[in-house]
Amino acid sequence: MIGLPLASTFLQDESFIYVLYIIAFALFIQGLRGLAGPTTAVRGNRIAAVGMGIAVIATLLNPGEGNWGLIALGLALGVAVGVPAARNVKMTAMPQMVALFNGVGGGAVALISWVEFRHYGSTYGSHWVLASESGILVPIGKGTTGSGISVSVGGVPTYVAIFSVFAAIVGSISFWGSNIAFGKLQEVIPGRPISFGSAQQVVNLVLLILALAAGIALVNGAHSELLFIGMLIVAALLGNAVVLPIGGADMPVVISLLNAFTGLSAAATGMALNNPALIVAGMIVGASGSILTNLMATAMNRSIPAIVAGGFGGGGAVAGAQGAGEHAGTVRSTSAADAAIQLAYANRVVVVPGYGMAVAQAQHAVRELTKELEKRGVEVSYAIHPVAGRMPGHMNVLLAEADVPYDQLKEMDDANPEFQRTDVSLVIGANDVTNPAAKNTPSSPIYGMPILEVSDSHSVIVIKRSMNPGFAGIENELYFDPKTAMLFGDAKSAVSEITAELAQL
Amino acid sequence: MTTTTTILASVLTTNLAILVLAGFIGFVVISKVPNTLHTPLMSGTNAIHGIVLLGGLLLLGLPGLDGLSKALLVIAVAFGTINIVGGFLVTDRMLEMFKSKPKPKASDEDDEKGAGS
Repeated sequence: MIGLPLASTFLQDESFIYVLYIIAFALFIQGLRGLAGPTTAVRGNRIAAVGMGIAVIATLLNPGEGNWGLIALGLALGVAVGVPAARNVKMTAMPQMVALFNGVGGGAVALISWVEFRHYGSTYGSHWVLASESGILVPIGKGTTGSGISVSVGGVPTYVAIFSVFAAIVGSISFWGSNIAFGKLQEVIPGRPISFGSAQQVVNLVLLILALAAGIALVNGAHSELLFIGMLIVAALLGNAVVLPIGGADMPVVISLLNAFTGLSAAATGMALNNPALIVAGMIVGASGSILTNLMATAMNRSIPAIVAGGFGGGGAVAGAQGAGEHAGTVRSTSAADAAIQLAYANRVVVVPGYGMAVAQAQHAVRELTKELEKRGVEVSYAIHPVAGRMPGHMNVLLAEADVPYDQLKEMDDANPEFQRTDVSLVIGANDVTNPAAKNTPSSPIYGMPILEVSDSHSVIVIKRSMNPGFAGIENELYFDPKTAMLFGDAKSAVSEITAELAQL
Repeated sequence: MTTTTTILASVLTTNLAILVLAGFIGFVVISKVPNTLHTPLMSGTNAIHGIVLLGGLLLLGLPGLDGLSKALLVIAVAFGTINIVGGFLVTDRMLEMFKSKPKPKASDEDDEKGAGS
């Protein structure tokens, strides 16, 4: 009889809950360490998931917890939406899915900040001074001074208000920005840059200043919920305005950046709520997102400020239009049968996959083709550009799904020296990452971007749907190279045709 | 008053210390991840920031929430749950494909050669 209340007192003890949080974030860190290697990654992810479970349980143990029905409702809704979405999404649609999951995380942060404001906002700006001194009536948090005079504490500390408002702005930007990124990758919204042209940076700056001004006013005690909602809306507009002008090629960088943003906003929420699990988990994500963003931007020879300011997309599209005019009509096209012969008599073939392979779901067809080639004694490997597809590692995920041996996947630095002794480079739906203009044409918008040096190989076959430029919007010189043959068509059917032709040889 | 301020200051500085250290841990742990695992890593970290769910859960325990606040929090909890559950499941699916790749390959190739000849 006595054991039960004792147990519940113990379980609901603040220190016990704190210890659970410590265990939880230790598991997050351990889990992320596991993600560092292909063999430990699965376990790492599960360890992190267990940590998350512990953190959630610890929170529910909190003695102040209530509204159980609503909690159950929210959790059930989340599971009902999240599980089928994660189970059914195709591997090719993974980047959009990450964008979407990132977006709802940001949305949750913004909503939480909103409720914080609804609850504590009337005391924002009171700077933790005593009610008797400031004259502010206090809804929450009461204390007594040493002298025994009962005083009310002036609401939440200023730093809480600052973190909460920061989380609201960043969360709202992240939510809307991620949704636009999702829309672009899902092709609900055109992938090409949409912008106000030269006014874009001014618009972004004005929106940012407005959001910050509203935030500062709120922190200083402008007790207006309308102002708070206005701030959320301005931040939402900013999220839209920042991501809409960015072309599809830059989308991985943007998703990564927004991922870091959501992490930081989660950490800010943790600071506001004095919750160590939120602080640690959010900050780790903020740090990792920043690293990834930087890596990606470096790989694409872009600076993060330039991408965010919308400087690249528009200029690239113009350059692309000019390039198309110069080169038109010097392209050599080939047939599946010719391509099959060329491949069959090669000693060494390097497959260069890109987004086109992902869109066409061609990874299994590609694997069939390379199996057929291997049977004929052709040495096959895959050259993976760090930003091929829409995210770093996107191609690796797809090819792994199609059972391509891990050791056949070569990263750019390993692959490039080998192109010179490669007979045929088979470019499947990759474009900008093979463009020699990045090495040879200083005026090109992608000049300086590391590329796969496909043009070093003895011959090149490019499978592509049309001559349309890639997401960077620039013409690819590779297609006009005399040793390049173009095989126009959907990546999957084109690859299958080559395989069929090979089988008949 | 002094006591309260002192306690608050120590809460703030402790939390700031946690924040800064967590940032460094994030850099150190994550900069070791190979390029090929970046998509799963992004997805996995994505799932971890679903921890904002805790914020929604904590606030739902506050007394005196009105209807709108409750509705906002239910949405926030649902969003956070989608972020967590979806994120971990998707990452797991991605990583499952990486797993078992290198080892079974050797035997696979033998099988294929056997079947082919």
